Amino acid sequence: MSASAIKRAPGRGGIHGREAVAGWLFTAPLIVILGVFLFIPIVMALYVSLTNWNGNGSPFAGGDNAQFVGLRNYTSLFTDEGLTRQTFMQSLNNNFWYVLLVVPIQTATSFLLALVVNNRFLKGRSFFRTAFYFPSVTSSIAISVVFLVLFANSGVVNSLLKLVGIDGPQWFNDARGIFHLGGGEAPAWATGQILGRSLWEWTAGPSVAMCVIVILAVWTTTGTFMLMFLAAMQDLPVEVDEAAALDGVSPWQKLRHVTIPMLRPTFFLVITLGLIGTWQVFDQIYVMGKGQPGGTTLTPAFLSYQQSFTNLKYGSGAAMAFVVFVIIILLTWFQRWLMSEERTERSRLRRAQRAAAPGGAA
Amino acid sequence: MRHTTPLWKKSLAYAVLVAVAAIYLYPFVIQIATSFKTDVEASNDALSLVPNPVSTAAWKRMFGLTEDSSVPFTTWLGNSLFVTVVVTAGRVFFDSLAGYALSRLRFRGRGFLFAALLAVMSVPGVALLIPKFLMVSYLGIYDTYAAMILPLVVDAAGVFIMKQFFDSVPLSIEEAARIDGAGIFRTFWSIVLPMARPALLTLTILSFQGSWNEFGHFLVTTQSDNHKTLVTGLASLVSGQLGAGQQFPLKMGAALLTTIPVAILFFVFQRHFVQGSNEGGVKG
Repeated sequence: MSASAIKRAPGRGGIHGREAVAGWLFTAPLIVILGVFLFIPIVMALYVSLTNWNGNGSPFAGGDNAQFVGLRNYTSLFTDEGLTRQTFMQSLNNNFWYVLLVVPIQTATSFLLALVVNNRFLKGRSFFRTAFYFPSVTSSIAISVVFLVLFANSGVVNSLLKLVGIDGPQWFNDARGIFHLGGGEAPAWATGQILGRSLWEWTAGPSVAMCVIVILAVWTTTGTFMLMFLAAMQDLPVEVDEAAALDGVSPWQKLRHVTIPMLRPTFFLVITLGLIGTWQVFDQIYVMGKGQPGGTTLTPAFLSYQQSFTNLKYGSGAAMAFVVFVIIILLTWFQRWLMSEERTERSRLRRAQRAAAPGGAA
Repeated sequence: MRHTTPLWKKSLAYAVLVAVAAIYLYPFVIQIATSFKTDVEASNDALSLVPNPVSTAAWKRMFGLTEDSSVPFTTWLGNSLFVTVVVTAGRVFFDSLAGYALSRLRFRGRGFLFAALLAVMSVPGVALLIPKFLMVSYLGIYDTYAAMILPLVVDAAGVFIMKQFFDSVPLSIEEAARIDGAGIFRTFWSIVLPMARPALLTLTILSFQGSWNEFGHFLVTTQSDNHKTLVTGLASLVSGQLGAGQQFPLKMGAALLTTIPVAILFFVFQRHFVQGSNEGGVKG
């Protein structure tokens, strides 16, 4: 590149000069659009998160509508006692349970499905692949509406439960945490307060309503993750299979000591993508109750929207959005780091194998 | 002696697959059936797969064939189509331009641009709702088609896909064209783009799907019924903003209408969806 710069004829741009102009022209739409609708807005929102803008007038004009309040919107999320912290902590709590349920279940389900679909003797494998993948390409809003109707009080799910003699709950009105379904009062140890919530509330588990959203999330995402597992399984070297068969390894041992360890990178990928996705849940919450019942389906991402556009506390909402932003960026960077570690590890191994190969053959 | 899979194992695998496939497809079947039921039947007999009597009331209402026009589905459908087509066309053109520049053209700042692109791809959409609203209001284009379309007309992931594609194409053909004296844009337009057809198809499909299904962006940049898409309209319908009652057939029908175009696209171009989701998965 530097060599070509030297060769460039003075005065006239030459071919590389033209290339530079074209390079900037070709990327100009990208730069302008991302600049105007991504970078600058983020800076604007960062400023708004330091004000108490109420939606009236311009957020940058100061005055009563948009006073500069410093870090108060952030401290009111974590250190100041009050309703804002209480609600925000509840949303973190809800989202935590959501992650804790969705990520393991979707990882395990998609892996098991891939394991079954990958069997070579099966006929109609592509049909099953299509069926499992289809939900993940459709609109999240449309799917949420379908689930809203399925889980209605007299809906399909409760009708099915009735067939086997179970009286289904009122799914979207049931704020009880699943660990508190038996009822009862908080025991003495659980009355202590942490960040404005009692230990009893922290450990209640996801509400019945949240569980519907968990089911929906698992149902829509397993297809995508199954495809990732399938792709990785098809890349596994055949020799390993043959060696395992020759050694008389049982299928269970093979799964435990061969297949799962070799799919480690895919597990990492699926788990970290799951973590990133589960902190972004928004559309489903919007359709299925907007945080109700009792705030048990609030997530930080949705709360940030609600705080801004419904409660007209844009500063506070923007501050919440930045907390979500940081959580997700950290997870994304962690994922990229993990993947590059894995890649260097694997190429190191491959090089070592190649180096050892002639000696091994002798 | 060939090793064969025992019958019990085969049966078990099929049983598992059929059961899971039923769970995955059943909601869609119920959705179709419910959209042809009467309101009463939808509430009283949720399980039946055959509507009795068959009622097209929900569908008539969606296409404005009844006097009750409180739900402007045809407007929403029109908006969805318009916005999706413009966004898709924009993305296909601008993403491939930028992807080509980042892959082929040598200019100072290219490395920085690519690093910035990767950084942008890790920015979560849900954190951008308030920022986008602020900018759109600041520019005075809140609740217009410009606000709906402009921010979506280039996307980082699409540029990344195109750059990856151009990286994998050999240089020689373009170089021959350049030596023949074709300009850079000429080379790009009449030599490179035609070769990029598979990648362009993938990009078209992903863009169509993405902008058709888009929700958050339209939610914070529009307000009036005139600018609702099927997706935002559907969301407002179930939020009870438009008339009371459960109206299960109408909701299911509207959800179905929202699903159909992407479903058709999916069944025709399945391979490209899979490719795209893998690209997205290993990005970075």
